[in-house]
Amino acid sequence: MSETAATQTTDLELGMDIDAEADQYLTFIMADEEYGVDILRVQEIRGWEHVTPVPNTPKYIKGVINLRGTIVPLVDLRERFGVETIEYGPTTVVIVLKVISEDAERIMGIVIDAVADVYNIDEEKIKPAPDFGSVVSIEYVRGLASINEKMLIVLDIDKLLGSDQLTGISK
Amino acid sequence: MSVDMSQFYQTFFEESFEGLDIMESGLLGLDVGAADAETINTVFRAAHSIKGGSATFGFTVVAEFTHLMETLLDEMRDGVRMVTEESVDYLLKSVDCLREMLTAVQNESELNETFVNEVKAGLERLLHGEDAQNDQSNESAEESEVAGSIEGWQIEFKPSDYLLKTGNDPVRILSELALLGSIETECSTENLPLFSDFDPETIYLSWNIKLDGDIPKEKVSEVFAWVEDDADITLTCIGGSAEQAEETTPEEVAEVDVEEPAKADEKVEAEVDSVPTTSAEPNKAEAQNTSPDKKDSPAPAKKVAPKKPAKDQGSIRVSIDKVDDLINMVGELVITQSMLGQMGETIDSASIEKLQDGLAQLERNTRELQESVMRIRMLPISFAFQRFPRMVRDLSHQLGKEIDLVLLGEQTELDKTVMEKIGDPLVHLVRNSVDHGIESPDEREANGKPRNGTVELNAFHQGGNIVIEITDDGKGIDKEVIFSKAVEKGIVNENDSLTDEQIYDLIFSPGFSTAAVVSDVSGRGVGMDVVKRNIRELGGNIEVKSEKGMGSTITIRLPLTLAILDGQLVRVGKDTYIIPLISIIESLQVNKDQISSIGGQAELYKLRDDYVPVIRLYETFGLVPDSTELSDGLIVIVEGDGSQSGLFVDDLLGQQQVVIKSLDTNFRPVEGISGATILGDGTVALILDIAGLINLSRQAREHAA
Repeated sequence: MSETAATQTTDLELGMDIDAEADQYLTFIMADEEYGVDILRVQEIRGWEHVTPVPNTPKYIKGVINLRGTIVPLVDLRERFGVETIEYGPTTVVIVLKVISEDAERIMGIVIDAVADVYNIDEEKIKPAPDFGSVVSIEYVRGLASINEKMLIVLDIDKLLGSDQLTGISK
Repeated sequence: MSVDMSQFYQTFFEESFEGLDIMESGLLGLDVGAADAETINTVFRAAHSIKGGSATFGFTVVAEFTHLMETLLDEMRDGVRMVTEESVDYLLKSVDCLREMLTAVQNESELNETFVNEVKAGLERLLHGEDAQNDQSNESAEESEVAGSIEGWQIEFKPSDYLLKTGNDPVRILSELALLGSIETECSTENLPLFSDFDPETIYLSWNIKLDGDIPKEKVSEVFAWVEDDADITLTCIGGSAEQAEETTPEEVAEVDVEEPAKADEKVEAEVDSVPTTSAEPNKAEAQNTSPDKKDSPAPAKKVAPKKPAKDQGSIRVSIDKVDDLINMVGELVITQSMLGQMGETIDSASIEKLQDGLAQLERNTRELQESVMRIRMLPISFAFQRFPRMVRDLSHQLGKEIDLVLLGEQTELDKTVMEKIGDPLVHLVRNSVDHGIESPDEREANGKPRNGTVELNAFHQGGNIVIEITDDGKGIDKEVIFSKAVEKGIVNENDSLTDEQIYDLIFSPGFSTAAVVSDVSGRGVGMDVVKRNIRELGGNIEVKSEKGMGSTITIRLPLTLAILDGQLVRVGKDTYIIPLISIIESLQVNKDQISSIGGQAELYKLRDDYVPVIRLYETFGLVPDSTELSDGLIVIVEGDGSQSGLFVDDLLGQQQVVIKSLDTNFRPVEGISGATILGDGTVALILDIAGLINLSRQAREHAA
């Protein structure tokens, strides 16, 4: 936490509008909705490139890539949530995330339409989500927050990417 | 000054377990009656370090127990005690016991005290049982110690001249003593040489120290724990009670004079004589035995010390994580090299030759670096073999058989991970040989064989593999018995005609055991299937050969390492897969006439006299191939899990050594895939798990049918 505090002091000195309770979230766009993930979990953001498909895995697992010597699986979020897929274009981006599950920490990538922004959001401003019929199943949503009158869906990536299908953790 | 000792626990346990192994193998090597002094010394030293370590870390129970063993060994070493079958048995049992105690301490779990006490009592009986005639001196010594409180200690401390070179400093010891109580020291300078002859790294001094206070002996000896082998230390108790010391009244002692040491020496001498016979109470023996150890050990210890380095493995303790990191780094270096290699092929300028030279060098360097790093993980197989002499000895006792165990190729090296995983399967196999293989001595004699059966373990390198053979000259495997048993269990059909190999392979089926009676040793029918599975998981295979009445040989073939493999790159459509070279038998172009299909489902390829099922990789993996026509591509005949199959692929690319990357670190295991690797162009290629793949296609076929 001391690190966060330090950043905050600097930011305050720079006169930025920052709340001491706020965490930073990286947001991205998928199917016209904006989603956020805890920025501390983001390892890197990279462009879409060739993947090696892994046979006999669900379709939303696009395959594996070589991330400086480590084999990292990529998940297409649109397909994961059953949204209509689109051609990968120049803005198609892979966010590499650290996923913490019971038994281990894993590095995984998600393929999304485009990266949007970085916001500071108060922990208490993230409200539990009602079942609002989003494409994303409610169990993967940590909460909702509004930024400039827009709704932001904060994802629980540990639940989303730590599921049995992806990690083969005991049934 | 307090140091967090717990940080050293791990090292202590590792060392202690190693020490136990040394003790065990030493004890097994002891010839009853004619014990080799060097072997006893080795065992003694191991026990001694465990004692020292456990005392340092405050594991008193362990220290006390080891002390008993040490005393026994000490007497054997000094020739006071004969090495008998019984004592060796007890010492071996104590090793087990000690191992259990250490494990309990390590896991902070409950200790099986009854076992410990039983062994301890046995040791003590052994130690004191035969010395009844000396009871008197024993008792008097006891009395002198028991009565009254201790008023202080007279300590004579004569460090050997090389003490400083062992990293110890008498000043520190003296100041440590001063913490226990008030001390008076007198330094003897009589050995000091002329200044011109003075060597600053040599100790010429000795001390007489008087320590006041009611301080238990252990406390005092603890101070000297690190130097006891490198110094003459005599402790004399000053107390109103010490009858033998009554001339030295407390007042007199208070003014320590030069004559004092002489008296002290006498007293110690007396004490030493009585020691082997000391009381039956363990703590008593504990307290008194410390001094003879100190007095006796220096000489022999010094004598054998120079031999130690030769026996020492010269090993270092490296955490596997660090080694793994190194291996990863080198793996990447290999990748860079192959990347550059590809680049070099396409550059066309005058400098190309130079570039190629440099690349060749880089390749050589990387290879050498890789090999030497891999070697860090390699250990001689004796680590896995060393438990067998004991096991075979115990088992043959238990079963009433006479068995010689022969170990060959103990220095053959293999990867630590492989070694750890092969240990248990080997135990199963050796047990089986001893239990099922070797007949009873009478039976052997009746069959015209020597009474002693032989079990031989042999390890050697062959190609990129290590081969471990377990041979016995027992009764061999009876094919008919196996077959009828398999029919009975419903594993095979009565009318099936099986080859010899297939029959032998049946013993690896789950739940298969031919032992008429389930013994403690084997015969429960768990084991062989597990053995086979473990070996398969390591990417190896197991093979049985046997001749009825002559014995059997089990051959295990394993890759030397799990980090790297020689792979054949194959292409299916746009994707590249890697087949481990070890599982490839041959690759061939398809002659359509040799393909026969059964029921429109399975396809068989006629390979000389055999038919092998064809697995279309694109089908199993759901890929888009260049062509679905068998004659357009190639068939790679592979073997996995004892059966052969033909993999249909579009093309063979090249052979290359690949660094195996785990798929489940960040993902999950995938059936038919054993891992992944990174190719020269930085892309990922998947490594096929042949046995899994054969299984997968079989399931798919059954599903379809």
